[in-house]
Amino acid sequence: MHPIIILVAQRLALSTLLLIAASALIFAGTMILPGDVAQSILGQSATPESLANLREELGLNDPPLTRYFDWLFGALQGDLGTALTNGRDIAESIGQRMSNTLFLAFWAAIISVPLAIMLGLIAVRYKDRWPDKLISAVTLASISIPEFLIGYLLMYFIAVKLGWFPSVAMIGDHMSLLQKLQAIALPVMVLTLVVLAHMMRMTRAAILNVMQSAYIETAELKGLTGFQVIARHAFPNAIAPIVNVVMLNLAYLVVGVVVIEVVFVYPGMGQYLVDHVAKRDVPVVQACGLIFAAVYIGLNMVADIVSILANPRLRHPK
Amino acid sequence: MSDPLLKVRDLKIGATVYPPGEKPHDIEIVHGVSFDLAPGKVLGLIGESGAGKSTIGLASMAYGRGGVKITGGEVWVNGRDILKTSHRDIRKLRGGEVTYVSQSAAASFNPAKKIMDQVVEAAVEQKKFSRKEAESRARELFAKLGLPDPDNIGDRYPHQVSGGQLQRCMTALALCPEPDLVVFDEPTTALDVTTQIDVLMAIKEAIADTGVAALYITHDLAVVAQVSDDIMVLKMGNTVEYGNTDQIINNPQEEYTQALVSVRSIEHEEKQPTADPVLSVDGITARYKGLNFDVLHNVNVELHPGQTLAVVGESGSGKSTLARVITGLLPPREGEITFAGRKLSSDLKGRTREDLRELQMIYQMADVAMNPRQTVGTIIGRPLEFYFNMRGAEKRKRIIELLDEIELGEKFIDRYPAELSGGQKQRVCIARSLAAKPKMIICDEVTSALDPLVADGILKLLLDLQKIENVAYLFITHDLATVRAISDSIAVMYQGRVVRYGPKSQVLSPPFDDYTDLLLSSVPEMHLGWLEEVVAHRKMESAGN
Repeated sequence: MHPIIILVAQRLALSTLLLIAASALIFAGTMILPGDVAQSILGQSATPESLANLREELGLNDPPLTRYFDWLFGALQGDLGTALTNGRDIAESIGQRMSNTLFLAFWAAIISVPLAIMLGLIAVRYKDRWPDKLISAVTLASISIPEFLIGYLLMYFIAVKLGWFPSVAMIGDHMSLLQKLQAIALPVMVLTLVVLAHMMRMTRAAILNVMQSAYIETAELKGLTGFQVIARHAFPNAIAPIVNVVMLNLAYLVVGVVVIEVVFVYPGMGQYLVDHVAKRDVPVVQACGLIFAAVYIGLNMVADIVSILANPRLRHPK
Repeated sequence: MSDPLLKVRDLKIGATVYPPGEKPHDIEIVHGVSFDLAPGKVLGLIGESGAGKSTIGLASMAYGRGGVKITGGEVWVNGRDILKTSHRDIRKLRGGEVTYVSQSAAASFNPAKKIMDQVVEAAVEQKKFSRKEAESRARELFAKLGLPDPDNIGDRYPHQVSGGQLQRCMTALALCPEPDLVVFDEPTTALDVTTQIDVLMAIKEAIADTGVAALYITHDLAVVAQVSDDIMVLKMGNTVEYGNTDQIINNPQEEYTQALVSVRSIEHEEKQPTADPVLSVDGITARYKGLNFDVLHNVNVELHPGQTLAVVGESGSGKSTLARVITGLLPPREGEITFAGRKLSSDLKGRTREDLRELQMIYQMADVAMNPRQTVGTIIGRPLEFYFNMRGAEKRKRIIELLDEIELGEKFIDRYPAELSGGQKQRVCIARSLAAKPKMIICDEVTSALDPLVADGILKLLLDLQKIENVAYLFITHDLATVRAISDSIAVMYQGRVVRYGPKSQVLSPPFDDYTDLLLSSVPEMHLGWLEEVVAHRKMESAGN
């Protein structure tokens, strides 16, 4: 069998194991939190009998291992349980939220990833000259300012003063794609600014590292232009580290945008999670945790697989 | 006579240096060099490291490596001074009129791209040929350079072909755009001798067939004598001697050139085995963890006190693995090692301090074998403390003795490795191993990274020390000239086996086995026409068989 298939299969198996371990940690973590679910549903005035009944009904008397496997197998089949606070099916509520989050993350990624790589290439081409310094300064500044501050600044200037885009990013099913894009323009801008620096600097560093190689000299001595050397000869050898940092940032766009969602009142996963943590809605917290873990592990697995595929020694063995 | 293709006048090249503890400043590394190269001719640039030969070669493409800058003079290519021309014109020059073959093709090919894409790139980019024309030209060149399967080898990635093949691909890369001039920068130095001869012949024939002019840069005078019409000898950025090849080789005028021509002329009388062997290796078979084949097969050799056993072979022959087995770094699967009359534990952990003391090692890369933050005194003093518990004045006295033995002297005691030259570093490593008063020293390619004259000095030192200390050397090398100079007995290794073993006079005298014959006849000799003789001789033999 081709060694690459084996390597990729290994990655898949490892990621699955990792996800199971993460699910166990999430479950154990919510177990050791103080408080009793039945008590929190019924409130302080509940009678001991009704508490006992509810515990029986929710299966809280089963041993933890049984409850963990019940929860895990349910989750695998798409059944994330019901929310304690409103009694609704979690999978259903999360589905809508998740698609909103992915929508925002998708457009932020579409803009930020190519932009970051382009800026990285330009920074390498004009290393230590003013374009490089300008790019570094601007991206560093944007990563250093807290994201909510950038959010409010953009909101003040672009939404309030100029009136180009709405300040609140509410989206709904009734809206057309264009309307939706208009609604999320500001949060996308903020997210782009936040993730740009990390990816751009990694691109710059990874390519500069490759630029030391003897084959770059060979390319220069072929009379290629600076950009041809960087794009054709340096970039293909810098893909692995760049993809890794891109995936980390994509994961951040999915699971780490709580603050932005709150600032722009965007109905995404982050806000949903925060709401339910405040209400001690353990099943929802567990479900969100599991989904976030899956996103993180999945994207990093993709990064690993791309790195493997980008290596010609693995792709074309002797 | 036609106008020169390349005319260099009073070329001066500078570089910025960053010495430790000092402010960075500019120094001059080439001090006004001039030469002419006519179309279709080959000029050899020869010198030791630091002579400025690569720097001059790259200057003919208006290129400076790292912080290197051309500070003065003129470089005329095809009738214009390329130091005064535009960026656009320089891009046309590079890869179009002048191309470059580097020492390490393995590093100079982009690992992420197919060979063909890289070979035709310059020709297509310079609009000399269409992609299709360039590819068919590349395939012709592959065939001309003797590459296997020339029609398809371009579809492979660099890691899928051998080092010698890649070096030929690099030559094809340089010849593909039909340049007027090719700069060959040590193109065969990284190759084994038996591979070197094939690549050298391929390059020579390709130069003759295409009528291209060439600058051939090397530190090996015997090699350059085979390919060039003229030779320029350089030292520390100055021209020492410049003349035609016949004159330089057969009638060198300058003392330095004479030293280069007569290098490796150390005479060493073979010693007869005297006492019981200090080391006997019996039936060693070894493999590395994770490999499913043996890298050493039933190796048997002996080494007598105060003598030198040279283990010679090409890369992959298992000679360094043998050293690892003897030092205990790689426990063998079968066989045993007897040292100074006692059986050695196969594993390093099982060895006594006395075992460790009496069996020392010197490495190829002296600079990575020393802690850069320790002074020479600390480095040499460490074994004195460890094995003999020496302290204070007694230790210092012994360190100075050792420094005198390696011809450096007391003034070096407080220096750091970074302040030493390559040869001086290797001398410090020798002193460190001698400090342990060993019975035997394993020398693993100790002169391979050094310039010929410096290497000669190290070999002479090792021979002198052997007389004084009666220490035995197991001398691992791929260089047969070194073997001749230093050994009493020789083991020739090939693919993990000892194919020939005995006293030097016997191993180096006919009748030879096939491999030893190939190895011996591949060592470049310092006379004109040697390459053709060898190749013709081999063709006749293979026709006879």
